[in-house]
Amino acid sequence: MLLKKKKSFLQEFYLIEIIKGLMITMKNMLFSPKVTIQFPEERRNYSDRYRGMHYIKATNGVENCTACMLCPTVCPAECIHIEAGERPDKEKYPVKFEIDLLRCCFCGMCEEACPKDAIKLSNIYEMSTTHREVYDKQFLLEQRGNK
Amino acid sequence: METLDWIEVGAKAGFLVIVLLQVVPMMVWVERRGSALMQNRLGPNRCGPLGLLQSLADVVKFLWKEDPVPGHVEPFYYVLAPLVSVVPAFMTFAVIPFASSIQLGGRTVQFQVADLNVGLLYVFSIASLGVYGIIMAGWASNNKYTMLGSLRSSSQMISYELSMGLSVIGIIMTFSSVKLGDIARQQGQLITQLGPFALPEMLQIPKWGIFVQPLGFLVFLVAVFAETNRLPFDLPEGESEIVAGYHLEYGAMKFALFMMAEYLNMTTASGLLATLYFGGWQLLPGMAWILHGVQDLFGLTGVYAEWARVLFEGTSFSIKVAFFMWLFVWVRWTLPRFRYDQLMDLGWKVMLPLSLGNIFVTAILIYYGWV
Amino acid sequence: MNISPFFFYGFGGIAIACALLVILGKSPVSSAFSLVMVFFSFAGIYALLDAHLIAALQIFVYAGAIMVLFIFVIMLLNADVPTFDLGRTHLGIRIVAGSISLATLLIFIWAFKETPLTAPVAQFTPENIEAAGGNTQVVSELMFSEYLLPFELTSVLLLAAIIGAVAIAKRKLAAGRS
Repeated sequence: MLLKKKKSFLQEFYLIEIIKGLMITMKNMLFSPKVTIQFPEERRNYSDRYRGMHYIKATNGVENCTACMLCPTVCPAECIHIEAGERPDKEKYPVKFEIDLLRCCFCGMCEEACPKDAIKLSNIYEMSTTHREVYDKQFLLEQRGNK
Repeated sequence: METLDWIEVGAKAGFLVIVLLQVVPMMVWVERRGSALMQNRLGPNRCGPLGLLQSLADVVKFLWKEDPVPGHVEPFYYVLAPLVSVVPAFMTFAVIPFASSIQLGGRTVQFQVADLNVGLLYVFSIASLGVYGIIMAGWASNNKYTMLGSLRSSSQMISYELSMGLSVIGIIMTFSSVKLGDIARQQGQLITQLGPFALPEMLQIPKWGIFVQPLGFLVFLVAVFAETNRLPFDLPEGESEIVAGYHLEYGAMKFALFMMAEYLNMTTASGLLATLYFGGWQLLPGMAWILHGVQDLFGLTGVYAEWARVLFEGTSFSIKVAFFMWLFVWVRWTLPRFRYDQLMDLGWKVMLPLSLGNIFVTAILIYYGWV
Repeated sequence: MNISPFFFYGFGGIAIACALLVILGKSPVSSAFSLVMVFFSFAGIYALLDAHLIAALQIFVYAGAIMVLFIFVIMLLNADVPTFDLGRTHLGIRIVAGSISLATLLIFIWAFKETPLTAPVAQFTPENIEAAGGNTQVVSELMFSEYLLPFELTSVLLLAAIIGAVAIAKRKLAAGRS
C-alpha cells in the first residue's frame, strides 16, 4: 500500500532537501573510494569455480581423455567434436578433440560427466577473438589451471 | 560604422566564438568525469592526461562517422534543425560583457560584442528561438518519440520562459537598465543600507544581484535549468520514457551539433547568471588585492596596468561562469527527473506567482528607496 | 560604408519568399516554420530602422512565444494535410476571391504611393531618442505616462479574451461531463 508521509513545510519546499542531496553527491565525489578496476593493469580474480576457457588435463604429457564420448553426449550445445583412435598399446584416445567456442555455453556439464577428469574449465575469462574460434586438441592440451 | 569598428566587433566576436567552441569539449569531459566520480567510478582517464583528450577523440569520431539521412524524414527540416539549435546558442553571448572597458588609442573598447539598448530583451528573444531546433527536429524526424519530445519541449519552454522573464524584471527595476553592461557596472557599488538603516562601512557588501534579489535569483536559476533542458527538467530527452526524445533519429555530427547546442546554452545561461546576479566581471573578493600586488610587483603602469585589470576581470567572470557550469553538472547527477504534471505545476503554480510577488516586493522596496 | 539597402532587400526578399511558402506549403507545420522566418525578417527590417525594441519584441513575442504555441497546437491536434484540404472550390468563388485580393493589393500600392516617404517624426528623431537614453527607455516612458490608458485598456481586453477562452473551454468540459 502506498503510504503518503506527511512532510513538514521545509521538506515540501525542497530547496534545503536539494542542497542536502547536492552535498551527498559532492561527498561521494571527493571522499568515496572508487570501485573501478582499471582493466589491463588491474584484473579481477575470479574464484576457482568460475567456468572459463577449456583445457584437457594431462598426466606426464599424455591427455587423460579416453574418447569415451560422454562429454559430446551430455553437451547441451553440442559443441564438442571427438574422433577416437587407438594408441599402439591398445589404449583409446581422441585423434581429434574440438570445441566450437561460438556454441559453447560454459555450463560445465562436460566437466561433470567426464569419468577421467580430463576436460576442465579454467578461470581464464579473456576469450575475445576477431575470428570464429574452434579450439583444437593441441590448444586444449595447454595446462591452464590445476583443477 | 568605420573600418576600425568593424575590426573591433569582428575581433571580439571571433574571440568569443573560439572560446565558446573550446568550452563544449571541456564541458563534455567535466560532465563525464564528474558524473563518474559522483557514482564512485573513475570515468574516461586514458586519452591524454586525466583523459582530457577524450573529447578530442570523440570529435574526430563524430566527424568521420557516416552521416545518413533516414528515409522517413523530411530532409530539409531534418538537416536544418541542428543548425537552428546551434546558431541561437552562439548568438546570445554577444551581449554578455566579459570584462569592463579599456582605453586604446583614444577609443573606448568595451569587452562585449554589442551593448544593445534592448540588452536583456535580446537575450530572451534569441533564447526563445532555440526551441525551434528541438521542435523542428522532433517533427521532421517523423517518429512518435521525437514528436513527443518536441511537444514536451515546446510547452515546457512557454511555461518557463514566462517566469524567467518575470524574475529578471526585479533586476531591471533595481538597476533601472536593460543593458547588461550597465547592470554589470552597477553591481560594483556597495549596499549602503539595510531597509531604512544605514550599514556601517565594515558590513557593506557589493551590490550583487543575488544580495538584492535573492528570490529572483532562485526563480531565474530554476527557470534557466528548464530552458536549457537539463535535468531535473530534461523531459524533451527523457531517456527512460521516450528513448532519446527529439534527437532520436540523429547520428554523427548532427547529433553532435545538438550536444553542442545544449552545452552552449548552458554556457550562456551561466554567463547570464553570473552577469545578472553575481556581479559579472566585477572582481571576486580578494582579487582586487592580488591585482594591486601584481601591478606593484611588475611595476605595471598605464595601458599595461589596464590590461592586467582586464585580464583579472576576465578571470573573475570565467570563475563565476565555471561555477555555474559545474552547478549544472552537479545538479544533473544529483536530482531525478520531474514527472510531467509536476513540471507544469512547478512552472505555473509556484514559479509564476513567486516571480510576480518578487516584482511586487521589489517595487515597494524601490518606492521606499530601500534598494 | 552604408550597407543597409543590401540588408533591407535581403530581409524583404526573405519575408516575401517565406510568406509565399506559408500559403503554398503542403503541411501546416512547415507553413508555421515559414511564418517564423517571416517574423524574423520583419525583426531584421525593424532593427535596420533603429527600432531595436520593436525588433526584439517581434522575435520575443511573435516568433518566440506565439508561434511556439501555434506549432504546439498544430502538432498536438496532429492536423495534417487532409484537415486543411478543402477540396476543389467552385470556379466562381475562386474568381471572386482572386479579384478581391488583387483589388486589396492595388489599394495598398495606391496608399503607399500617396503617402510621403518620410513620415513626420516630430521630436522623435534618432538623435533625440539616443540622447534620451535609447529606444527602450523612451518607449517605456511614453507607455507608462502619456499612453497609460490605452495600454491598460489593451491589457483589460486581453484579460477579457483569456476569461472568454477559459469560459468556453469549461462549458464544453461541463457539457461533456453531464
